Amino acid sequence: MDRFLETFFNPVVMAKYAPDVIAGMGVTLVIAAAVIVAGIALGLGLACLRAYRRKIPNFFIICYADIFRALPPLVLILILYFGFPSIGIRLSGSMVLFIVLSLTLAAFAEEIFWAGFSSVEKGQWEAGIATGLGFTRTLVYVALPQAVRLAMPPLVNRVLAITKMTALGSAIGVVEILSASTTAQSFSGSATPLTLSVIAYLAIFMPMVVFARWLENRTAWKKR
Amino acid sequence: MDIFLDQFFNLAIMQKAFPLLLKGAWMTLQLCVAVILLGLVGGLFVALGNLSPRRWVRWPTIVYTDVFRALPPLVLLIFIYSGLPFAGIKVSPFTAVVIAFLLNNSSYYAEVYRAGLISVAKGQWEAAASTGLSRTQSLIHVVLPQAVRNVLPDLLSNTVEVVKLTSLASVISLSELLYSADMARSVTYNASPLVLAALFYLVLLWPLVRLVSHFQRRLAA
Repeated sequence: MDRFLETFFNPVVMAKYAPDVIAGMGVTLVIAAAVIVAGIALGLGLACLRAYRRKIPNFFIICYADIFRALPPLVLILILYFGFPSIGIRLSGSMVLFIVLSLTLAAFAEEIFWAGFSSVEKGQWEAGIATGLGFTRTLVYVALPQAVRLAMPPLVNRVLAITKMTALGSAIGVVEILSASTTAQSFSGSATPLTLSVIAYLAIFMPMVVFARWLENRTAWKKR
Repeated sequence: MDIFLDQFFNLAIMQKAFPLLLKGAWMTLQLCVAVILLGLVGGLFVALGNLSPRRWVRWPTIVYTDVFRALPPLVLLIFIYSGLPFAGIKVSPFTAVVIAFLLNNSSYYAEVYRAGLISVAKGQWEAAASTGLSRTQSLIHVVLPQAVRNVLPDLLSNTVEVVKLTSLASVISLSELLYSADMARSVTYNASPLVLAALFYLVLLWPLVRLVSHFQRRLAA
């Protein structure tokens, strides 16, 4: 038991590397926040565009959403990070992480919002247009609020899953939580920094998981 | 444009890398079978624990699902692969991936099962019991089939995520599809093998993604 504590909870190592891991938390939080804002905005924009039901834009939106839902983000990260410099586009690791995760989140968000739009009853659209609002304003004032409410629980779950993927940044040299702690692990020769990273992730994501569960239970309750 | 094609769609390099990637894809498929089956079975038990009337069963399993949904799978993987050897437990990359993803996937599948089990009306349990079936028999023959049918789209979309996750195994040098492609990339200084790997994933997963959308639309209608 002592050996276990010594290996995974060594207080000296903890004290020494906690600042690095906390700095990593800052990086994780900033990238996660940027991904959430950009991904949801793009996804919502695309879903609205899709609501106009124009054939050609919709074809591209559907292809985009399908492809980015089917591809593992790590594949895209490696392509952007290692492939793009040779065509003259050099992006930093955090930029690559931001772009790939935002595009992935946007693809899922588009599908989720679109499902929300599709489940708004036809009568609502007709009623909006009958009052003289026009299509765009019916979309914004009538359909959108209902779609967003329906989209919330699956969207929160998806946001959680994708912001967790900021850990992939450790594969391309972004000094977020995981890479700060693996570096510390190899310097200290102790597994304690890995424990620190687990604690750091739990501190950030546990509240989100609990929030997601609460949100789901609340909507499930209302349905009855 | 030529540079672009040469860097990302170099057919000669793709052709050369193809056998290596095919081998990697085979490893990816083996991984998928292992982690999907374990996740589906483990998740069911965790879900049943989640819904148990006994508090000492329910709470630990709820904490289990929340903790493993909060931790990024890559963190779990690194912890198991490079942390456990410090405690004298050495695991192969394959075993590390299977353990890490069992913990992660069983929590995600558990949430899906839980939603499904809740959606089955209580009368179904009572009707099954009244025909003389035991709890376990009622679960297997009456409740579970309906629960699974109700959450089939979510089960499927979760499975797509699991397949995508197997690409993380490349980080600990397990020679699956992405690792093989990245090896070929670093040898040829060309990103075409990575694009080829992306095409492999698309061929494997696009039909499933379409199917998920199809189910969701049918369910919404």
